[in-house]
Amino acid sequence: MYLFDPVFLARIQFAFTLAFHILFPAFTIGIASWLAVVEWRWLKSGNPVYEAVYRMWVKIFAINFGIGVVTGIVLSYQFGTNWSGFADQTGNVLGPLLGFEVLTAFFLEASFLGIMLFGWNRVGKKVHFAATIIVACGTLISAFWILSANSWMQTPQGFIRKADGLFYPENWIQIIFNPSFPYRFVHMVTAAYLTTAFVVGGVGAYYLWRRRHEAPARVMLGMAMIMAILVAPLQLLLGDMHGLNTLKHQPAKVAAMEGLWETQRGAPLKLFGWPDQEKEITRYALEIPKLSSLILTHDPNGEVKGLKDWPPEDRPPVAWVFWSFRIMVGMGLLMIATGVMALILFLKKTLFQSRWFHLWCMALAPSGFAAVLSGWFVTEIGRQPFVVYNVMRTAESVSPVGAAPITVTLAAFILVYTILFGAGTYYILKVIAKGPVMPEEAPFGTHGLKDPLGLEARSEKPGGSHV
Amino acid sequence: MFNLENSLNLPLIWYALIGTAILLYILLDGFDLGVGILFPFAPSDRCRDRMMNSIAPFWDGNETWLVLGGGGLFAAFPLAYAVLMPAFYFPIIFMLLGLIFRGVAFEFRFKSSGLSRRLWDYAFHFGSLVAAWMQGAVLGTFVQGVRVAGRRFAGGAFDWLSPFSVMTGVALVFGYALLGATWVILKTDGDTQKWARQCARYVSIHVALFMVLVSLSTPFLNDSIKALWFTTPTLFYLAPLPLISVGMFVLLWRDLGQQKESRPFFLSIGLFFANYLGLGISLWPWIVPYRFAFWEAAAAPPSQSLLLVGTLFLLPLILAYTGYCFYTFRGKASHEWGY
Repeated sequence: MYLFDPVFLARIQFAFTLAFHILFPAFTIGIASWLAVVEWRWLKSGNPVYEAVYRMWVKIFAINFGIGVVTGIVLSYQFGTNWSGFADQTGNVLGPLLGFEVLTAFFLEASFLGIMLFGWNRVGKKVHFAATIIVACGTLISAFWILSANSWMQTPQGFIRKADGLFYPENWIQIIFNPSFPYRFVHMVTAAYLTTAFVVGGVGAYYLWRRRHEAPARVMLGMAMIMAILVAPLQLLLGDMHGLNTLKHQPAKVAAMEGLWETQRGAPLKLFGWPDQEKEITRYALEIPKLSSLILTHDPNGEVKGLKDWPPEDRPPVAWVFWSFRIMVGMGLLMIATGVMALILFLKKTLFQSRWFHLWCMALAPSGFAAVLSGWFVTEIGRQPFVVYNVMRTAESVSPVGAAPITVTLAAFILVYTILFGAGTYYILKVIAKGPVMPEEAPFGTHGLKDPLGLEARSEKPGGSHV
Repeated sequence: MFNLENSLNLPLIWYALIGTAILLYILLDGFDLGVGILFPFAPSDRCRDRMMNSIAPFWDGNETWLVLGGGGLFAAFPLAYAVLMPAFYFPIIFMLLGLIFRGVAFEFRFKSSGLSRRLWDYAFHFGSLVAAWMQGAVLGTFVQGVRVAGRRFAGGAFDWLSPFSVMTGVALVFGYALLGATWVILKTDGDTQKWARQCARYVSIHVALFMVLVSLSTPFLNDSIKALWFTTPTLFYLAPLPLISVGMFVLLWRDLGQQKESRPFFLSIGLFFANYLGLGISLWPWIVPYRFAFWEAAAAPPSQSLLLVGTLFLLPLILAYTGYCFYTFRGKASHEWGY
């Protein structure tokens, strides 16, 4: 029924390119800030372990950043190719926000990334460190603008929509600092940091488990677990605040997250269940009485709105939102549990020896990506059927492009991104397999990977390669 | 609300700024796309390594001008962005896919060897080639004009495909190849440079041919362009432009036979600049040719005002640190990967 509907196809295509893209910035934001900390530790302590860690992870950063850039350029044009109605009508408001993202962030990142990667022999240590910090700031500035734009679409204010259907800005401060923006920004940046922490921790745990690269591995796992202990519980708190903000501004989204159909006092928390959009019930629900009211209103008998308060055509696809939310929260709880375990092991002084825990950390390495993706599924599917919440529908935004061209390009995107993902993962795993190279170690064996030109070994010449 | 509408001609300033951003994109990404176009023809892997290294620190920054062109158009002329992007649906998306392949090839190529390395060599080449051709086709379609109804594109998915757009696509491929070849002359020496000189000579003949072809056929697409270039007195005002182009071309041809290292690159830039200026004069004041003039597609004045203030501070800063990066990586490129 949907297959030949251009709106549906355009949404699938955009969801695909966007979901694929967000994996990379989520990692880039975290890893850039982390590399700045590592380089700072290195300059401060002179400890070559930090240099080895930096030089290994900057390679992974480069691969990741490259894929992030090329898939991000796609998005900046898809607003026009797929959503020209949206571009025409909201351009007055969103255009400057995206323009500022390019001017304040993209150029900064792109230019100083060159120095960060290739500048070792060209600039001094301090300038190189400055370049790392600038790139890290660039990623955060970029997140600031794009999340401001996204949040404005979720909680629009500071504009008027005139008779011509176009949005006109009235107050820029209200537009940029719209009600959901501070919460979404902090929640997303924290998510990016946690995503990175669990990847880095997973790799460190892998080396410890394989009994290789012990000194750098301790740095990786140790720093990652500091994040898990301190930041993972904080994220739960931030997520709760973001959720309460959503309840205030987008209650239908929260009702879908809860799978709640009837408005009620003392609403139960449905742990699991299967929301049925047509029958308007959540089947097989496993409930904890009154907990949903307690979480959302901080009162066990508080009233929570159900989906039936909205006409069926204004409700989001409930099952998607309901399940994505559970995956996100589940990942968050696993991260918190990891932090607790790490703290106990650390106090018992066995953090770096507990092999079962290293396996556990390896298993959780991709948890951040799952959480970020499912979190975005909650927020983006949960605001449907609107593109600008309660003001403009997704169906009004679509371009005058037929189903056939969208299908062809969707197939092309799936093909190209599959190759990209496969190759990116392969080369990142290759860097991980090779591992950090300590100055006193002889350049490592190739671990079954061929490098006949010796280019990689050469670029890793121990120590002293910067001026 | 902050608004500069009464003191400045905002749409005109933004028309000039977007034009400048697109020109900078064409010049900057032009040379690195050009390197990609010439890539498989280089005599050895060592040459290819040097070519790749000569652009590796810059390609990302260069491509950001494309994002500024698109993002700036969205911000300053949302109507033009909304009409043109669906009109260029296929060429834009295939350009983006081409840019993906060439962009990731930088990282992947140096991390692989043997057959997979060869594959990334070709990903880099064909990605660059496809992106360049699609951009040329977009330019050709833009010059021909697109069908519009109300505020929306009203044509078909293959409206963009015409003999003229095919020709402008090929013309831009050769143009970028010339920028790429002269860039390689500037950034390398020895065998690589020698080969690049031969390349530049071969390519420049085609560039000259296509410059003549495009320049002669464009006026026949539209009567007002024809009137502009073929009637007095505008003919006399505009005559210096083609004459300067011919002069630059002659100089370029002579330089390629001598040992000049940097001048060919700047002469190629000059040729692009002259052609771009000629095109700009022909298409004035259209932003969606023959349908919307730039002031008819302008964003609301407060939107243009806000971004303009930001741009006035940020653009000089961007140019300054972009210059710093080019300065940091001055001199000849090595064949060894840098990190």
